[in-house]
Order: sequence, then structure tokens, then C-alpha cells
Amino acid sequence: MSEAAYNFAYLDEQTKRMIRRAILKGLAVPGYQVPFASREMPMPYGWGTGGVQVSAAVLTPDDRFKVIDQGADDTTNAVSIRSFFERTAGVDTTTKTAEASVIQTRHRIPEEPLTEDQILVYQVPIPEPLRFLEPRESETRKMHSLEEYGLMHVKLYEDISRHGHIATSYAYPVKVEGRYVMDPSPIPKFDNPKLGDMAAIQLFGAGREQRIYALPPYTQVVSLDFEDHPFEASKADHACALCGAEHSYLDEVIVDDSGKRMFVCSDTDFCESRRAAGHVGEQAA
Amino acid sequence: MTPLLSVQGITKTYGAHIGCADVSFDLYPGEVMGIVGESGSGKSTLLNCMAGHLVPDAGQVVFDTRSDGPRDTVTMSEPERRMLGRTDWAFVHQHARDGLRMGVSAGGNVGERLMAVGDRHYGDIRDKATDWLERVEIHASRVDDRPTTFSGGMQQRLQIARNLVTGPRLVFMDEPTGGLDVSVQARLLDLLRGLVRDMGLSAIIVTHDLAVVRLLADRLMVMKSGHVVETGLTDQVLDDPQHAYSQLLVSSVLQV
Repeated sequence: MSEAAYNFAYLDEQTKRMIRRAILKGLAVPGYQVPFASREMPMPYGWGTGGVQVSAAVLTPDDRFKVIDQGADDTTNAVSIRSFFERTAGVDTTTKTAEASVIQTRHRIPEEPLTEDQILVYQVPIPEPLRFLEPRESETRKMHSLEEYGLMHVKLYEDISRHGHIATSYAYPVKVEGRYVMDPSPIPKFDNPKLGDMAAIQLFGAGREQRIYALPPYTQVVSLDFEDHPFEASKADHACALCGAEHSYLDEVIVDDSGKRMFVCSDTDFCESRRAAGHVGEQAA
Repeated sequence: MTPLLSVQGITKTYGAHIGCADVSFDLYPGEVMGIVGESGSGKSTLLNCMAGHLVPDAGQVVFDTRSDGPRDTVTMSEPERRMLGRTDWAFVHQHARDGLRMGVSAGGNVGERLMAVGDRHYGDIRDKATDWLERVEIHASRVDDRPTTFSGGMQQRLQIARNLVTGPRLVFMDEPTGGLDVSVQARLLDLLRGLVRDMGLSAIIVTHDLAVVRLLADRLMVMKSGHVVETGLTDQVLDDPQHAYSQLLVSSVLQV
């Protein structure tokens, strides 16, 4: 089959319309999980089928597209989704955060602040923050609609009683505009403060679970916590070994068999542009 | 005096089969009501209708709420009913597993209701949870253990602590001692009796164990095939049963 046989961005127009409707509803009710008729995509569940469908629905031929996976532009997931849209939509792609108009992400928010001209699309494995506490979907929906969120604190309570502090370090639950409790997808809690008051539109797509939710620009997002155990955005206590950044989220990389390790920025674009600007870390070659 | 709970003409049918039919009674503050009857007599159906777990086909359940006085809980909105369910009401299930979160520590189980009504201070929640564990005779050192590591009797006591922590005014109990051995039953009953008296709780206890109602209940209602066949003071009904079925029930108790 020739590639021209694909509709722009793979999905047919009716499907994109249906997804756009879900996105609009999500934007109108921030943090609310909107059900949508998720399509079978040419990639396995767990590889970002939700994010890909949302991206397909928002992409226009003039867009410049960027994909990151755990902050990196060059990992399998990012490379394959980028080439997917290069082939099926023919849009320009980039690895530069500032140049992209649509950024699809798995498990990170770029370090560089986003602008009002950008859309950030998250891949979400499990959209329901209450899932592991209350397995019945009928019940969790009721809890959302009646704003019964005591259970979410039970999870944090369990963390403190077991570890002495809130040990949840990713997919840290947040409350949106004082109403819906939302799973921010498995981003590190270091990124949680960036969710709130962000200039860009944030869209969340969960393909297998058939849910879309969204945060419009400049939405209030608060991480849940206890009065005596306040929320803390944590990161590894090091500077990036390559670019020397003190305040970016770091990956720990094991470098040899004797357990030597280095800490590098997980956001590859951020790290590269810092190095290009002349910043040097301890182990920069 | 306004009754705390006033039940009028509660009827619930399952198709052609009668769950319970036209049950009415008043429960006054501080009173403990026992409902006895054989299996399938509609005791649990009635209890679930009153506690809002089932929607009755007809009838009213009027509860004297703290804020607005007597309200019919059947027609009240669901958020309000659920709010009652975690503040003024408590429900003790027969099987502790139904009423507990088995994957959450004992402290978390007791703390859930506190967090559900807005407590956001970890230290306070934990102190209250520990305090309540001790009140139901579970050692404070077990506060971080999961209920799966508890014995059946301990699980049942934990369930009671979890329910009473928000200071409810009305407790529904569905066979609270079922499935426990007799010595554990005796301790649990002792404990319940103490808590009911200390906190001035009103309670509705469904059971088929006459010894339980003899110990706990002020008044008794005997059910058979969905109908109430006899009501009265506990001692009166047990010592001088009038209805043929009550007589059968009382005479069926084994004497040791």
C-alpha cells in the first residue's frame, strides 16, 4: 500500500472529530476523564496509543512535532512515534523544545518552560488515580462525581506509615481547580509543580483505558499532601555530569560493572542546548 | 422525644419473592434494637434498606439528622446519603473482609473515615487511629500491620474501630459475631456492650443468635418470611414468646 493511502495523521476525519470533541469536553471540565472510542493503532497498548490518537487529532500540516520518552528524543518509543507521524502526516519534526508546536511526551515535562503556542500531549497508562485503592470503575466514577477523595489520602497515609515520608515519587495525584483528583501520568513528582499555571495546553490520552482528560492553560493544579507532611518535588541530589545543571531532573546511569554511576539530565534537548551554550559538567568529554 | 430513626412501611420484593414487607418501627436515641429470625426471613434485606444499600420499593426511613432534623433518607440525594454513611452512620458487616480494605494497614483502615471527612493532619489521624485500636483491644504496635495478618476476631474488632472513629450516632450491624468462635464472640460482645453504653450509641443488630440480642438489645423484633411477627422488650419476647414462630425460635436454642 502506498503511503498516500493514509489519511492525514493516520486516523480518518470522523475519528479525529470524535477525539476533538472529547478533548474540548476535557478542556471545559479540567481533570475530568472523558470516555472516547479509542481506536486500534498500529502499535501495542502501552506504547502510547492514547497519546498518538490525541496528537493525530490536534496536528495540522503546519505543525512542528516533537516526541520525548522519559525526556529523551532518541529512545525507541520517541523515535518510532516521530517517524510514524513523519510518514503518515508529513509534518516537520524537531528535537528542540522551543521550536515544537506539539510535543508528545511519555513520563516527563520538558525542562524549558512551554509557551501559549504549544500543546503538550501525555501518554497515560492508567488514567484513574483511585484504581489501585478501589478496583470498581463504577465506584470510582461515583467517587469522582461526588468528590469523595478521602481514599486518595489513605494511599499517602500508607506511604508515610511504611516509609516515614510520602514515598510516591511518580504519578503523584493532584487536585485540579479544587475539584477533580487527577493522575498526571507517570511523570516524576519533580514535574508536578510545572503542571499548574502552565501556558501551554496539556492533553492526556489513555488508549487502552479509552479516556482523555486535559488541563487548559493557567489551570490551578495542587499536589495532594498532609499538613504535617507537605508535598516536596524531589530529585537526585546531584548536578548533571554532562552539563552541570543543578535544577533539572536527573537519570541515574550505571557506567561499569563495579557500580560506578553518573547522573545526567533526563531531558536530552535541555542538556544538549546547555552544553552548546558552553556549560560543562564534571564528566563532560 | 423525636425518634432517631423512624421506619415506616418498608417493603422490598425481589420479583415475586418478598424480601421484607411493611416493616415499621421507631428507634430512640441510645436504644439498641435486635432483629432476629431464621435465614431468609428478610433481616438483612431490611437492614440494607435502612442503611441505604438497597432501595426499598415502598416506605420511608426517617433519620433525625444533626443539621436539618428528621429527613427521609430514601428520597434524600445520594451525596447526602453517602455523607451520612460515613459520618452519622456506621455499618458493621458480618464478614470483616467486606468492611475492611485488606491491602491497607490497620491505621489506614481506621483513618479512612477521618480522611473522608476532611482530616489532613497525619499525626492527628495516626493518634486517633492508635487510640481506637486500643479501645477495641488491638495493641498499638499492630497499627502498621495489614488486616490479613489479623485473626478473625481482631479483624472484626478492627472493623468496629474503623466504623466508630467518626463518632456515629447509629450503628447497623449484620451478624457481628457470625463466624467467630464462642470465646471470641463473648469478648466481642463485651466490647460492643461497653462501646454502646459509653458512647450512647443507637444500634440495630441483625442476628440469628438469641444470646447476642439477650446481651445487647433493649428491644427485639422477630421476623419470619419477610414479616415482623412479634416485637417487644428483649426479655419479654425471649422469656414469654407469644407467636408460634418465636416460641419455636426460643425453644430451639441448645441448653448446655
